[in-house]
Amino acid sequence: MSELNLTSTPAHLRHGSSIGQPLTRRDGLLKVKGQATYAADNHPPGMLFAVMAVSSIAHGRVTSLDVAAAKHYPGVVDVMTPDHKPPLAIDPEIKTNPFVFRMEVLQSNEVRYANQPIAVVIAETLEAATEGAVLLAPRYETLPALVGLDAGESYVPPVVGVGNPTENHRGDVEAGLAAAEKQIDAIYETPPQYHNAMEPHAIVASWDGDNLQIDMPTQGLMLSLARVAELFGIAHDKIHIRSPFLGGGFGSKGLMAGPPVLGIMAARLVGKPVKLVLRREQMYGPVGHRAPTRQRLRIGADGEGRLTALDHHARTVSSTFDDFYEPAADASHTLYAAPAIRTSHDAVRVNTGTPLFMRAPGEATGSIALESAIDEMAWACGIDPLAFRLKNYAEVEPITGKPFSSKALRACYEQGAARFGWSKRSLQPRQMRDDAGLLVGWGMGTATFPALMFQAEARAVLRRDGFGAMEIGAHDMGQGAWTALAQIAADAVGLDIDRVEFKAGTSDLPDAGIAGGSAHTATAGAAIHSAGAAVIAKLADLATNDDRSPLFGAGNAGVIARDGRLIRRDDESRSESYAEILARAGVAEVEARGTGAPNPAAMEEYAMHAHGAVFAEVKVDPELGQVRVTRMVGAFAAGRVVNPRMVQSQLFGGMIWGMSFALHEEAITDRRSGRIMNANLGEYHIPVNADVPPLDVITVEEHDPHVNALGIKGVGEIGITGSAGAVANAVWHATGVRVRRFPIKIEELLTQR
Amino acid sequence: MKQFDYVRPATVAEAVAAVAQPGAVYLAAGTNLLDLMKGGVSRPDRLVDVTHLDGLDQIERLADGSVRIGALVSNADLAHDADFAKSCPAVAEALLSGASAQLRNAATVGGNLLQRTRCAYFYDTASRCNKREAGSGCDARDGENRTHAVLGWSESCIATNPSDFCVPLLALDAIVEIEGKSGRREITLDALHRLPGNTPERDSALEPGDLIVAVRLPPAARGFAAHSRYLKVRERTSYAFAVVSAAAALRIENGKIAEARLALGGVAAKPWRARAAEGVLKGVTPTADAFQEAAWRALTDARPSGDNAFKIELARRIVVRALTLAAAGTPARIAALPASPFASTSGAIHV
Ligand SMILES: Cc1cc2nc3c(=O)[nH]c(=O)nc-3n(C[C@H](O)[C@H](O)[C@H](O)COP(=O)(O)OP(=O)(O)OC[C@H]3O[C@@H](n4cnc5c(N)ncnc54)[C@H](O)[C@@H]3O)c2cc1C
Ligand code: SF4
Repeated sequence: MSELNLTSTPAHLRHGSSIGQPLTRRDGLLKVKGQATYAADNHPPGMLFAVMAVSSIAHGRVTSLDVAAAKHYPGVVDVMTPDHKPPLAIDPEIKTNPFVFRMEVLQSNEVRYANQPIAVVIAETLEAATEGAVLLAPRYETLPALVGLDAGESYVPPVVGVGNPTENHRGDVEAGLAAAEKQIDAIYETPPQYHNAMEPHAIVASWDGDNLQIDMPTQGLMLSLARVAELFGIAHDKIHIRSPFLGGGFGSKGLMAGPPVLGIMAARLVGKPVKLVLRREQMYGPVGHRAPTRQRLRIGADGEGRLTALDHHARTVSSTFDDFYEPAADASHTLYAAPAIRTSHDAVRVNTGTPLFMRAPGEATGSIALESAIDEMAWACGIDPLAFRLKNYAEVEPITGKPFSSKALRACYEQGAARFGWSKRSLQPRQMRDDAGLLVGWGMGTATFPALMFQAEARAVLRRDGFGAMEIGAHDMGQGAWTALAQIAADAVGLDIDRVEFKAGTSDLPDAGIAGGSAHTATAGAAIHSAGAAVIAKLADLATNDDRSPLFGAGNAGVIARDGRLIRRDDESRSESYAEILARAGVAEVEARGTGAPNPAAMEEYAMHAHGAVFAEVKVDPELGQVRVTRMVGAFAAGRVVNPRMVQSQLFGGMIWGMSFALHEEAITDRRSGRIMNANLGEYHIPVNADVPPLDVITVEEHDPHVNALGIKGVGEIGITGSAGAVANAVWHATGVRVRRFPIKIEELLTQR
Repeated sequence: MKQFDYVRPATVAEAVAAVAQPGAVYLAAGTNLLDLMKGGVSRPDRLVDVTHLDGLDQIERLADGSVRIGALVSNADLAHDADFAKSCPAVAEALLSGASAQLRNAATVGGNLLQRTRCAYFYDTASRCNKREAGSGCDARDGENRTHAVLGWSESCIATNPSDFCVPLLALDAIVEIEGKSGRREITLDALHRLPGNTPERDSALEPGDLIVAVRLPPAARGFAAHSRYLKVRERTSYAFAVVSAAAALRIENGKIAEARLALGGVAAKPWRARAAEGVLKGVTPTADAFQEAAWRALTDARPSGDNAFKIELARRIVVRALTLAAAGTPARIAALPASPFASTSGAIHV
């Protein structure tokens, strides 16, 4: 989006290398001035408003809709229903690839979950469309709803997460448990949670013949484009998606969901541009969520406090019509050096929208259970929780035996513990009080998240005016891609950041892959890096093969690109500017493409993960049971830090989410109807400012030569892991009460006085 | 959304006249009513906006020592009125513990008194709810009800009144001034909110068309200023309704409790005055034992209406704590985290 007016000289720019500098967000000014155009801010001429009517039952069939009443309402233009809708090119139930999930786009009258779209009213105003949706007054044939972790017969899904094996083991767990001196066997429960991005899912769609213009927040421009293309039977080059800014995604905007498809269908039906925005409560259904889990952990340790076995089983749910399984037990694969490990999953089907990726899917749910269990085990062995973790420090990845590509977790433990003052912790719980008599507790957890890479491509251009451009369809969800990726781009082409036009956020640019799995900076960054190297190589060829250039013949010695000049590596006195090289060669610009991709050989050889250690202090009112976190320190090692400011805020956000997981977040589902009873931000609690204590983030030096060319591991999700367990463990340390059902509630802490 | 008329009368008389048609309701700041309309819970035909009525936005000290608060005074303005906060500190503390700064800036005194329950089934039009639709049933009774009532509930409704403000007001014997079809009248706050019985659809004793014009705190209220606290336990530090709350006010003379006032929030369909507990405390020395005894008396009639037995024990503990805090004396300044068990935590920033 070259028309974006990004700050070209951000604060705190140091001369020289861009990577590593704490630049402020280049889109920050646009955002605080309200000038950043989010999807729903677009109003093409003639645009109509679409409002979804959603099901109030969780299971059954729509038997009637009063379409006439809705249509009769002034301003209503049309009502899209299963009987009146534009055709799709393929059945949306067909899973054309593993990243396609089934969606409800009015293909039948069947209702599979509460808040499922059952009709769309299109009107001249939002108000008319809203009232039209009410006037539809749906009637249903209601069938009993499947609700909760015991809804029915359990089964073992074929895979969990994205293609992970459902069961894994190494060593003999039962023998390890039998031989153990100390054992724990505990069950932990985590609730359903919803992403609740600030910006609701929204789309503005306009058809012009077979050309389709879409404004929509997406974490995966190309995946979305491909899905739209196959659903509507149009060529990729007919579709243009703009997604310059997302008001948060957290996984819920990764893959094409039903509601934006309905927006496109509605636009086709009425032949005009249409805007469809979800209401907050409509986000609790068709756009994914984190499934609930019930996890059983059995752990054994010998007399020295060394693990003998770790058995982690997770029960979760999926929808009645599709498969996604929260890979919670997989959290036990990488952290603790048990000679015998077994992880397994099973599931039941319930009447919900299909659960999907939500910030640290599997890692977050698994981590709070595992870190609680490790804490319980340490206590059973009478060992300090940090000492216990160090005793069981994994030098190689326990489940595979592979060496780590890099692992600075020991330094995280050390630096985090020192900053927190962990050494003053009492082993016994319920020992500390503050001046006001509140119970004080300290807890810790280990953080971990895989260092993933997807596929991406970038295009780099160097121009005769001395400027460059880098193009990549990358996504800024608020995490700072506009800034961090531009920093990588600047270094990649050897120019100052204000001399590189950085284009991202639209589907006509090279595919940046998905902004997910904490892999966007690494993946897009690798593509940018290699595109930069390729364009510099082309430019160098022009110079080193030209006898009029001071760099003539430097082909073997090589050149360095810096500050818009190529410099002979073995003789810095010989150099030439990009502009001079291009002018002499008589070309306006040179361009090249580069890709970023996982390195299968390295993946075969090494286990690749980011790590961290989180320490939390809570205070608990001894009589009233109310809990407040008062201090958190997180030390994280995640490879190279591209922009310390953005990294810190990602880690802050993750730590706050971890605290939220332990103490606040829960979708309350009516056990009979399957409806979510707190589908609003007033009552679906996330921490407010008063809940968030002073946070301290330490980024620990870590150089990883294997993960990718830039050594980046990603920080988007790791902050939740470890943090949730640290808070839960601190609550135990404060009170002596071990709560195994999350979020921790007041009533659980009223048991003692 | 449903079309409705909007009228903005200039005088109280015009307002009462304007609301005298079926489907008409008063609109104050709308922080509750507009949410209910968006959710389809309330579908009025006419909104009578009272926010422009003259003379209802004053806090007055009357000759007899009463404080009269106009119905349009905002929750924030009242809490931050230095004189008021001094004479009725528990009321100010309760106000500041409610909702968020933005909501308190908008919300009015009259609207706060008449805010509807937060029972999720009441808000969810697909659920059966006797309060929303008389005789339809109560889906909360066997549903997700861990925050529902433990006092004064009936089989037809187990909802609670969510107001913080009303709890200390009730303890201090507040009086509500009403303008209705047949002129001006006043009732006690205790008489304003109703228990559900068989008619949970009626929240209050107001007749159709009745406008609250003011709330009055009698002269005796300021006698408690030195020993008044509000305490609210909630599921996050701010911006959450009370799980249970209590207002305690004591008049201490020569080391003995000359008079005690105690009310609970979040436990019943109305703010709950614990008169029997007050009786226990009259004339005794303020000791932990006395407060325990009072707490038991306050909750003798309590019984769970669902998964909420813990609220009874919690309420007892809150009563003891609120009385203890009140006996220790009203702090010179309202804490950074008003009414919170963490009020004393240093480093907290006002929310
Ligand atoms: C997210 C959220 C959190 C909240 N948290 C809390 C909390 O923690 N504690 C708490 O106590 N409250 C809380 N509230 C509720 C808040 O206090 C009320 O919404 C507010 O006080 C209502 O005042 P209002 O002026 O906006 O009333 P409105 O919404 O305008 O009106 C509410 C009702 O009162 C009627 N009404 C208003 N004025 C008069 C009058 N003068 N005479 C007769 N009838 C009248 C209206 O017809 C309507 O039925 C919260 C609200 C929200 C939205
Ligand atoms: S408790 Fe009262 S308000 Fe809630 S559903 Fe039942 S009748 Fe309605």
